[in-house]
Amino acid sequence: MSNILAIAGKEIREGIRNRWILATTLLLAALALTLTFLGSAPTGTVGASQLAVTIASLSSLTIMLLPLIALLLAYDAICGEIDRGTLLLLLSYPVARWQLIAGKYLGHVAILAFATCMGYGVSAGALAAIHGDISGWQSFAAMLASSVLLGSAFLALGYLVSASVADRGAAGGLAIGIWLLFVLIYDMALLGLLVVDQGRTVTAPVLNLLLLFNPADAYRVLNLTGLADVAQFTGMAGVTQDAALAPAALVAALVLWTAVPLAGAAMILKRRQI
Amino acid sequence: MTAAICLAGVAKRYGALAAVRDVSIELGQGQTVALVGHNGAGKTTLFKLMLGLTRASAGSIRVLGADPVTPNGQRSRLEIGYLPENVVFSNALSGLETLQFYATLKRRSRSECAALLERVGLGHAARKRVGTYSKGMRQRLGLAQAVLGAPRLLFLDEPTTGLDPLVRQGFYELVGELRDRGVTAILSSHALSELEARIDQVVIMHKGEVVAAGALDALRSLAGLPVRIRLSVSSGFHGEVLYALAGLASSSSSSGDTIELACESRRKMEIIRRISGVPQILDVAIAEPSLDEIYASFLHGKDKAA
Repeated sequence: MSNILAIAGKEIREGIRNRWILATTLLLAALALTLTFLGSAPTGTVGASQLAVTIASLSSLTIMLLPLIALLLAYDAICGEIDRGTLLLLLSYPVARWQLIAGKYLGHVAILAFATCMGYGVSAGALAAIHGDISGWQSFAAMLASSVLLGSAFLALGYLVSASVADRGAAGGLAIGIWLLFVLIYDMALLGLLVVDQGRTVTAPVLNLLLLFNPADAYRVLNLTGLADVAQFTGMAGVTQDAALAPAALVAALVLWTAVPLAGAAMILKRRQI
Repeated sequence: MTAAICLAGVAKRYGALAAVRDVSIELGQGQTVALVGHNGAGKTTLFKLMLGLTRASAGSIRVLGADPVTPNGQRSRLEIGYLPENVVFSNALSGLETLQFYATLKRRSRSECAALLERVGLGHAARKRVGTYSKGMRQRLGLAQAVLGAPRLLFLDEPTTGLDPLVRQGFYELVGELRDRGVTAILSSHALSELEARIDQVVIMHKGEVVAAGALDALRSLAGLPVRIRLSVSSGFHGEVLYALAGLASSSSSSGDTIELACESRRKMEIIRRISGVPQILDVAIAEPSLDEIYASFLHGKDKAA
């Protein structure tokens, strides 16, 4: 365990030194504040909680941005260290290879969690200060937690890529590909499929299942329909009735999207010649 | 004496390339061993095999009594120090932080790090980032992490490349100290002549094979290289001197006031006795075949046989 913590601590310290944490936190805070205040302008009379509106817009931001940040942190984590030669020395120590992955994961999740909570927390704090209304903070906290979980799934995917390919260039390309696939292409393809199919074979249960096969969709459904107040506002209330996906199933999907790629990365790294 | 390292019939192939072929070596505890050979002779691969970083394609490896790729081997790495060729550290951390990180991995107290940095001459730069270090300073940091926590076994891959002569001297002092403490050390190096006085055993590798292994003196006589003797003589006495030494030297050449002789190792003493009786000889210098020459001679023999 001390090995894992030492490696995690090193990652966090490096994240502070090379200003990764600062940059990510500022980026998320700036975007979150912009969305919060631009987005809340027209809702003064609607009666939806300010926070619920914010959750809706922030979770859309999260789906685009957090996977990208996570992949950028992770794609270089293993093949980059092999390239530079730092892994050679590290593995000559009494460190198991799965401990290396676990340590990096822990450190990177901490970085993501810090940046998300601080970045988004600022906008929530600003809202609370202005409107004095903090109803629905549980939903906000759930959104924060699930955002970190989404990030952690893409971290794990990033390690899987990083452990599998030979050089950093290929890993970077593949990471961008994964982002495009899960964040943009998957939904479009699903939409196209639904239009073409006209509900003949792709029934609601099948669609639900398909949504679980994409961590970004699992996150979207969790935040936009899972929370009643938010669902009302995002116009997803109708969908919620059909969607048989319980929040527990969605969270489980995200956890699996983290655990399986992590285990895969550890297994591939174990066989890899350094 | 239990063997610190025992390799039997070890081979390592990367695809079609045989990086190491049929290597069998046994090294006792407390020995300092030089691993010499060209780039690509398989030295680094051998280190990686002994550290369990790659698996052997054939043969068996025991390091400190354990197979390095097993969990037991992983545990025994607590007692192994390794300095890779071209050591690289994260640039973002300071020297002290880097060393403390490795100390944690070796289950050592972080408090011994500052003293160790002082010992390798990095005390003044302990809190500076490694990114600002020179090549020599990084190498010294690399050495510090290798000797962290009193290892029983040291693997040093090209430890002195990029070090200036003064630092190099300090480095050999440190290795000498460790040797006195009974640490087994394997060094690979291009700078062979530097190693001569500091090693018990030599392993010569060529194209993945061990060409010769043994104590330096044994290899020297095995190679059968001539001892070279250089004499300074009073001008005009060349003839007399050469006459006095007739039949002892296998070859001789003279230029100006110096005579160069080459003789078999076993005739060396006889020549020296003879020289001391010749008053016209003003000075004498004797050169034993160096590690470089022995190395070259074995490689030459290998290429001719092939």
